[in-house]
Amino acid sequence: MSDSNGKSLIDRVERLAHTRVRDCYQCGKCSAGCPMAEHFDLLPNQLLRLVQMDHVGRALESEAIWLCVSCMTCTTRCPKSVDCAGVLDALRQISAAQDRIAPSQRRTVVFQRAFLNNICRNGRLAELELVGEFKTKSFLNDLNLPLLLKDALLAPKMLRRGKLHVWSQRVKDRGVVQRIFQRCATPEERPTESDEQLP
Amino acid sequence: MEIGYYPGCALHGSSGDYEMSVRACLDVLGVGLRELDDWICCGATAAHSLNSRLACALPARNLAIAERDGLTETLAPCPMCSAQLIKAGQSLARDPELRREMSDVVELPIAGTARVLNLIQVFQQIGYETVAHAAVRRLDDYRPACYYGCLLTRPSETLKFDDCEHPRSMETLLEALGSRPVEWNYKTECCGAGMTMANEATVLELSHKILVNAADHGADCLVVACPMCHVNLDMKQADIQRRYGVGHNLPVYYLSDLIGLALGIDERALGIDRHFVSTKRVQGSGFRVQDSHGTPVQESVPPRHDPRPQALNPEP
Repeated sequence: MSDSNGKSLIDRVERLAHTRVRDCYQCGKCSAGCPMAEHFDLLPNQLLRLVQMDHVGRALESEAIWLCVSCMTCTTRCPKSVDCAGVLDALRQISAAQDRIAPSQRRTVVFQRAFLNNICRNGRLAELELVGEFKTKSFLNDLNLPLLLKDALLAPKMLRRGKLHVWSQRVKDRGVVQRIFQRCATPEERPTESDEQLP
Repeated sequence: MEIGYYPGCALHGSSGDYEMSVRACLDVLGVGLRELDDWICCGATAAHSLNSRLACALPARNLAIAERDGLTETLAPCPMCSAQLIKAGQSLARDPELRREMSDVVELPIAGTARVLNLIQVFQQIGYETVAHAAVRRLDDYRPACYYGCLLTRPSETLKFDDCEHPRSMETLLEALGSRPVEWNYKTECCGAGMTMANEATVLELSHKILVNAADHGADCLVVACPMCHVNLDMKQADIQRRYGVGHNLPVYYLSDLIGLALGIDERALGIDRHFVSTKRVQGSGFRVQDSHGTPVQESVPPRHDPRPQALNPEP
């Protein structure tokens, strides 16, 4: 299966992840060591197999790629030196760009997008601003009121311990940060909505 | 000795207590820290999950700043930051085309030569014997479980630090200070890392297993060298108690907290009083007084009269 640029998806995943998915011989060591495997709808070795078979569509819509905590155990233990965690990174990037995120995992993407927006604006993380944006946007996504209010009681405890700042630091040269973000948002490296939908 | 310093967002934000103890320890040990001028966030999990180009460019900008300012070695006490910086540095060092491209993206020339160190590596450079020599107090009454988590040692091909399945660098350092760390099974298991806000259930489950295993092996505290591990294991312990009905009450120290105590630095100066789980303990018995939070108990340690070490003997 090829995308609109005529490249097969295994090529695209391998290029994004800088690793050879073709080398995986399905020993299952990645899945055996994965701390999140019991919650995955597809195991890490199954995700790699789907990429090998070019059935990337099922992988892109899996919950597993967003439940992954990027602990790097799979990558470290792979006897064929496949960067398994890197493959999941690539799948996340394509899944998010094509808006094929598993509905149950949207909160994670909302958080990560809010995180990057925050860095783009400030150069460094402004926690209170991040919490605000994440809570608002995730509430608009799932209308889950208990989750919206959940950490409200934690804030004063964190403030008292100097772990939360009303005014966060920003970098002096925010212009360069914004230009870096603009230059990195090219379709060349980052999959965009213009790509055709995958099977 | 002066090295570069990349605090990262956590140490200037929710983990200011970690920065306090890192700075206090290295000050006493005679290591000067020069903060990278106008450093930016490394991008963390969000960048490598959503945009691999950004996951290289954000660390690259910081490495370029270090190179520009002549800093050959830079401490990044947060393993997420150090792993991102090291990974980007290696990609840049082996790929001239990427170097040219990234130099344009980050608006600074970059060679990929700046070396990035985690906190344990800085103590190794100072020399464990030198640290032990500077200590004014033994840590006999601590039975810590040293917790490495993920990104201090993994991916091992990139980070090349300690044994990724059975690291012992923290144990060796604490043993040199008289402490008796426990052997346990979960020292390299993941605590849930950056999922604290987005997927709390994951963090509570993984961190709960870590706390259970540490306590089962006789630990009376945990030692970490990562701000995210500290948030998940310390701040989230109350939530773990609510979810699993187990009150661990296991204090979680940063590595620099315990080193600082051995060096005779005051608990408040180390930021230990800012932790969520109380570190109150009856000295010598290992018994912890349970308490929601509050001022730490002053232990019977004489105040330090500036007995700074004469010279540093960095180990080869």
